[in-house]
Amino acid sequence: MPHASDAGLRSSVVDVISFTDEHEMFRTTVREVVQKEIDPHADAWEAAGVFPAHELFATLGQLGLLGLEYDPRWGGAGADHIYTMILGEEIGRSASLGIAMAIAVQTDMATPALHDFGSDELRERYLRPAIAGQHVTAIAVSEPDAGSDVAGLRTRAVRDGDEWVINGAKMWITNGTQADWLCLLCRTSDEGGYQGMSQIIVPTDTVGFSVSRKLDKLGMRASDTAELAFDGVRVPVTNTIGEVGRGFQQQMAQFQNERMIAAYQMVGAVEFALERTIGYVNERRAFGAPLVANQSIQYELADIAAELDVLRHHNWAAVAAYQQGDDITRHATVAKLRAARLARRMADTAVQFHGGMGYVEETWTARFYRDSRLWSIGGGADEVMLRTIAKMNGIGTD
Amino acid sequence: MSVAHTGGACAVCYRAVARDRIPSMNVVVCVKQIPDPADPGSLDPQTKTLKRDGKLILDESDSYGVEMALQLVDTAGGGEVTLVSMAPNNEVSGLRTALAMGAAKAVLVSDDALAGTDALGTAKVLAKAIERAGDADLILAATESSDGYTGTVPEQIAELLNLPSVTFAKEIAIDGSTAKIQRQTEAGYDDVESPLPALVSVTAGVVEPRYPSFKGIMAAKSKPVDEVTLGDLGIDAGSVGWAGGGQEIVEVTAAEEREAGTIVEDDGEGFNKIVDYLAELKVI
Ligand SMILES: Cc1cc2nc3c(=O)[nH]c(=O)nc-3n(C[C@H](O)[C@H](O)[C@H](O)COP(=O)(O)OP(=O)(O)OC[C@H]3O[C@@H](n4cnc5c(N)ncnc54)[C@H](O)[C@@H]3O)c2cc1C
Ligand SMILES: Cc1cc2nc3c(=O)[nH]c(=O)nc-3n(C[C@H](O)[C@H](O)[C@H](O)COP(=O)(O)OP(=O)(O)OC[C@H]3O[C@@H](n4cnc5c(N)ncnc54)[C@H](O)[C@@H]3O)c2cc1C
Repeated sequence: MPHASDAGLRSSVVDVISFTDEHEMFRTTVREVVQKEIDPHADAWEAAGVFPAHELFATLGQLGLLGLEYDPRWGGAGADHIYTMILGEEIGRSASLGIAMAIAVQTDMATPALHDFGSDELRERYLRPAIAGQHVTAIAVSEPDAGSDVAGLRTRAVRDGDEWVINGAKMWITNGTQADWLCLLCRTSDEGGYQGMSQIIVPTDTVGFSVSRKLDKLGMRASDTAELAFDGVRVPVTNTIGEVGRGFQQQMAQFQNERMIAAYQMVGAVEFALERTIGYVNERRAFGAPLVANQSIQYELADIAAELDVLRHHNWAAVAAYQQGDDITRHATVAKLRAARLARRMADTAVQFHGGMGYVEETWTARFYRDSRLWSIGGGADEVMLRTIAKMNGIGTD
Repeated sequence: MSVAHTGGACAVCYRAVARDRIPSMNVVVCVKQIPDPADPGSLDPQTKTLKRDGKLILDESDSYGVEMALQLVDTAGGGEVTLVSMAPNNEVSGLRTALAMGAAKAVLVSDDALAGTDALGTAKVLAKAIERAGDADLILAATESSDGYTGTVPEQIAELLNLPSVTFAKEIAIDGSTAKIQRQTEAGYDDVESPLPALVSVTAGVVEPRYPSFKGIMAAKSKPVDEVTLGDLGIDAGSVGWAGGGQEIVEVTAAEEREAGTIVEDDGEGFNKIVDYLAELKVI
């Protein structure tokens, strides 16, 4: 099979993205917001296992950070995609990747489908307050028995007059204990497989909805993750985003935004971790010299720096492709895979080169080690990315 | 000095003022654009002054004045904030940041003849730029800049414009044509009143400067920056710059390296050694 996306890849790399003074000023704003509104609270939020989403999002909303690319008609900023990349990179530098993930859910995981496919009424009622940071949102796809294999999901909405009646369960839902509404993917027919799914907005104050439990996690501890239950939840059929039965396809498009924002975050996260690790190995002495005097240490860090360059440039190519309206499935898939793996490598290296100090909670490395591990699982596991790439390249029979 | 303004054109200062109630506030803020303190700066070996040829940013010290000005205009319910700055190479990066925060416009003085200008020269230029900015009810500056930090420019501007000057403000409230200022002191603060217009220097850290929002950043792109030269301001190039300062920086020497301290091993009697040391210093 020929490589289906080669053409897209070629056309996008020649279209170099360019940064303006406004992009740089925006980066400064996000960096300051992270340093002043998130970092000082990160320890407390990690300990609490949750952060005040409504409070933080209201601040971000006022600054226009939650609807960068969305239509100004719904309160969006109408910005280009480079701003989204910058937002991702800068929140990736925060002291808690859990907070970065929660913000990214709001901006790039739970709302793109509503923006792109939702009715005007839905966008007015749900998108506008999400962009303003008055509503906290969540994306509810994964289920206890279906994560990687989205076709396996079983939560079912049955039509009763003008209403959907929803029964089922969702698992590992970010912002799950605080969300005002969910972008729910569920079955609306018995077709099975990838057919007959729809995206439905479910306000969390609807009777029959409940948070079954808040999950206690390895990392991303400042971000609340929940299991959710739907027991005869009734919402209007008009809460369907886009077409009934097109939910899977719409969610696949939304996953591309999710994967890209994850990859953008990892650039910021790895960059900041690398800076701090280089700082440490220059200070810390052993065998009569700073640690950095050892070539094995220099080369490992140089190799990560090189990998980071490659990832950053791949992200730029993805931005260019996205801006010119190409299908970015391949870009997003490759970026997410490489970003997650690089973050894991960086985390392992950071802990290693910090030695005993790397292993204690008072050093940033311990949390970074736990948090960064998520991205090879969340947003589609590494193997799911590889499965997509294998398919695209005609490797195997799947 | 203080000037009594009674109505119409003021006989003493440069502009028409004096209304009993100010329905709106026009505030001019002096903002210095400086090399990023995060980057290691260096001195020009020729002139022995700080190199300012790279990208300049808004001096954080001035972000407090900008914030205060925006709040005062908000409270007044009308008026606008105008920035004035003197910087090399028509540098506007720092101004754009303040415009993105909400200032309406700016006057930027840039002229090759300004190289080497001292604090008094800076004040002369800024005074003219403030006049050019138009009717100001209040002029704000920081108490001192982050790079030059002579802490003298604001008062010199006030003298040149014949305006009352109040320093170290931590809070400013406007009551009619009077500014009520809390002026920081070592023990607390003094309540000071000054007729308007006045020049007030604002202490760093007294308000929380707003972040430039996305909208603000975009709007700043099209806000007017009046770029002027010494000629435009009617300033004689010989009165500023190296010529006007009549000075030369003869030599710059590195600060002495700090000597390593003395380490006292505590064998249970360590405090005696500290007492002896302090006695030697005649501290006790
Ligand atoms: C902190 C956190 C936050 C999350 N937030 C959300 C959220 O907001 N919304 C949401 O819907 N979901 C969320 N998830 C769920 C996440 O998307 C899933 O956990 C993920 O997609 C993997 O699904 P699974 O856990 O069912 O793993 P499984 O599908 O059970 O897979 C287990 C492992 O098997 C391997 N594997 C899977 N498929 C293949 C294959 N084809 N070939 C080889 N190996 C394979 C992978 O290593 C995978 O990790 C979150 C998860 C976490 C941990
Ligand atoms: C290496 C070096 C050597 C110097 N040598 C001399 C010297 O020999 N003699 C001498 O008199 N000065 C000297 N200066 C001072 C230099 O000329 C001053 O930076 C400049 O004149 C402004 O003074 P300041 O920064 O100390 O202002 P300050 O009085 O500390 O500034 C207070 C406030 O005034 C406003 N302000 C000041 N400058 C500007 C500006 N350009 N644009 C807009 N607002 C402004 C700002 O609100 C600022 O926060 C030297 C500076 C340096 C870095």
